Parts: sequence; C-alpha cells; structure tokens
Amino acid sequence: MPKYVALIYSADVDWSQPEFAEVTKDYSEFGEAAAAVLRGGQVLYPTTSATTVRVSGGKGGDVVTTDGPYAETKEALTGFYIMECADLDEAVAVAAKIPAAWDGAVEVRPVLEFGA
Amino acid sequence: MPTGDALARLIREEGTRVLATLARVTGSIDLAEDAAQDAVVRALETWPRDGVPDNPRAWLLVTARRRAVDIIRREARRAGKEAEATMFAGAESDPPEVVRDDLLRLVFTCCHPALSLEAQVALALRTLGGLSTAEVARGLLVPEATMAKRLTRAKQKIAQAGIPYRVPPADQLPARLTGVATTIYLIFNEGYAAGAGADLVRVALTAEAVRLARLLAELMPDEPTALGLLALLLLHDARRGARLDGSGAQVLLADQDRARWDQEAIKEGVELVGRALRRTPDRPDGYAVQAAIAACHALAPSYAETNWDAVISWYDVLLALRDNPVVRLNRAVAVAERDGAPAALALVDGIGGLDSYPWWHATRAELLHRDGQPDAAKAAYERAIALGLSEPQVAHLRRRLADLPR
Repeated sequence: MPKYVALIYSADVDWSQPEFAEVTKDYSEFGEAAAAVLRGGQVLYPTTSATTVRVSGGKGGDVVTTDGPYAETKEALTGFYIMECADLDEAVAVAAKIPAAWDGAVEVRPVLEFGA
Repeated sequence: MPTGDALARLIREEGTRVLATLARVTGSIDLAEDAAQDAVVRALETWPRDGVPDNPRAWLLVTARRRAVDIIRREARRAGKEAEATMFAGAESDPPEVVRDDLLRLVFTCCHPALSLEAQVALALRTLGGLSTAEVARGLLVPEATMAKRLTRAKQKIAQAGIPYRVPPADQLPARLTGVATTIYLIFNEGYAAGAGADLVRVALTAEAVRLARLLAELMPDEPTALGLLALLLLHDARRGARLDGSGAQVLLADQDRARWDQEAIKEGVELVGRALRRTPDRPDGYAVQAAIAACHALAPSYAETNWDAVISWYDVLLALRDNPVVRLNRAVAVAERDGAPAALALVDGIGGLDSYPWWHATRAELLHRDGQPDAAKAAYERAIALGLSEPQVAHLRRRLADLPR
C-alpha cells in the first residue's frame, strides 16, 4: 500500500506548554482513532529553534548555518504523520481528521519508495 | 454503414470507452491514452476502406491492448527488466454495465478535486473528449507546450499521488458530481465566450461540453445534477444562432430573433429540467434551477412576454440554495423588467462586494440610463469598461454610452 506523509502547518508555538493541553489531547484522540493507518509521526519545536543548513560552493564546501526555518510562513511546519493508505482519497479522509486541518492546514504528500 | 462524420464520431466515442477500460486494466491513464489513440488512428485509416467491424469496440480494444503490451515490453526492455506478459485478457467481452462504470471512473478521475480546475478542464477535453493536445491548447488559448506540460503533470499527479480510479461512494457522490459539473460548465463557458472570429476549435468547446454533459446524463440518469447540467447547456446553446449579429457583435437576449433559436434543443432542455426538478422537490439542484430560469426565457414568445414572476421566483430558489451577489444582480435585472428601473436600482445598490465586477457597474449603468440619469449612467458605463471586459462586450457598452442623451 502506498505511503503518504501528512505535513502539519499550524500556529508556530511550543506545543509542550500547558496552555495547549487541550489541543494535545485532540491529537492523541486522533492518533488513537487513526492508529490503523498511522506508521509514525512527530511534533516539532517551534521554528525559533530551527537551523537552516547550506553548504556553499558545492559538496565539501563551507557549512553555512542560518537561524530560523527554510521559509518564513504564516503557519509553520509543526509536525508530521506517516500514513499507509489505499489511495489519495483515504489519505485525504484521514488528513481531514487531523486537528490542524481546521486550525491551519495539512499537506498530503505521497512517499516515493525506491525499488518498490 | 456510417460514413464521414458519423463514422469519425463512432470511432471517437468508442475510443473513449476503450481508453476508460484500458485505464482500469493497466492502471495507467497515460498508457491507456497512448494505446487508445493508436487504435483510433488505425480505425480511421482502415474502416472507411474495409468497412466497420461487427463489434467496433472489441476491434478497438484488441488493437489498443496489443499496442499497450508493446509499450509495456518496450519500456521494460529500456529499463532492463523482464516484461510481465500481462495480456489484460477478456475485457472485450465486458458487459455494458462494466463499460459504463469504466467511463464513470474516467470521468471522476479526470475531475478529481485534488487536481487544479484548469488541469481538470484540460484532462476532460483530452481524455474524455478525445481532442488532441494541440486542439485543447488552441481551445483554451494556451501555448501547446504549456498544455502538454499541464496534461503530463496532471497524469503524473494521478499516478504518483494515488488518485483512485473509481466512482466515489454514495456519501461523496453529490459533492463530487457537482465538481464534474463545474468542470463541464467551465468548458462550455470557454466556448460561449469565444465570440465571432474566434478559432473554430474554441467555438466547438460548447458542443464538446454538451457532449460531455450528455454522456454524464446517460451514465447517471437518476442524478438531478447531471440532468440539470445538460438542460442548462442545451437551453443556452439553443440561442447560438441568434447570439451574434452579421458583424459578429453580441445581441442581447431582449433583442434576439427568437425564430432562430433551436427548438429541438429547447424541447429537450425543458423536458430535462422537469425531470431534474421532480427528483428533488425539497431541495432542487442548483444547475436544474438555473436551467429552469433559462427555460422561462426559452419558452417566452418575446422578451416583453417573459414570465418575470416565474424568473424572479426561480432566482429566489437559487438564492435560498446559495446566496451569492452575482445571482442577486441577475435577479435585480429581472425585477427591473417587472417592477421598473427604480426598484431594481435600489436592489443593485444594496448588493455589496461587487465593486470590482464589471457587470455590476454595467447593470447599474443600464438602470440609471433607463431611469433618466444620464450623468450617473455615463460614470457607471465608464467604470464597467475600465474594469476589463472582452472586445465585443466593451464595444456593446460603448454603443450604449453613445446612446445617452447629452
């Protein structure tokens, strides 16, 4: 069965803070309800903790790091799930139940499996 | 035996069915398209000379399948892999229900909401309509290379993202069917907006849309959306012969020569409106209601004798289904005919959010004109023209502007 990644775009906040306990609970409920198709997933610290890495002048060149995410957007990439679904319709149906879907956005991307 | 256009049409329609079936058995629309196209070309070459085979679809399917197997073998060789000797056997004797379902799968896949609307329109014309990429590009006023890229990308997305090749389940069907109708309606509007002097391929998009709507109504004869859409397109298309004057300028509905309306299309359209509305009396379909409005016009012996009460009532029904400022504007136009310009002006001025919509200004201009306020009318015509309309539309507004008393 094909795999999909659901990239979660939502408020760029520290989800470990107690004020987000309610949302965190919603996510664990989603995780239980969708357990049959979920193959993994993580929550990320806010983009203030992000470091963007580039190597200048080609492979082996100088490592240049910048503070912050690759792209500044209103809603930030704050987590992801890996899902195994029959097709895009099923993946979309699951993604529509992720709380960020109504409080941000969820981008569904098919996984390219080499040698599949 | 069919000849000429009838034969070409038969080949093209059966070709679409073969494509639909092959897409299911091979799992690739791209491959199916390539193979079906090859079979269609061969049929166009040999049938006029050798006669139409007893079972045209089976002939096309066998030919296309052979081609599909060739392509698969060739690509496997190129990739250095052993070709799977899949022969996709048996499909030529598929019962009609299976062929019908294949076509529906193709319709819903080409019009899948995960594809952009412009990709849906392109795919519907290319894959369902059987137009060449060059024709689709010309019809939609897009460079051929851009269109080829758009089609490739759409088919790639279907394959990579795993857009399923199936008819949506009952709970999703109404929403998905509305999506299909939107795509077909867009194709119709592209052709309808083409105007005089436009490329014939572009003008033919209306006929193409009617054909697709007819296909949808045949495949889903119990769905009010499918019936309503076909009715709406037929009733609009019925006015084709009267829409433009000798110089190619647009003729307003009020001034059209109704003797040139296509009575056959009107009859069919009106009958379909009735069928569509009877199916859902409690919550009519939006397309069926729009078709009902078109039917009021189609059945009126003259513009002055239009049953404006009925038109306004249908607009009320449409507004109850989905409140929309453009529908309010159209309703106001009907109110002007029944109750006069001042009443309609009050309604038009009460519609918010249309300041950048040229037809809001153009409608205001007409009403102000009629109400004897030439200065205000002039300003409104100029606002409408400044907002960017097509050539013939601007020409019409300029004529109206020149008619104003000084």
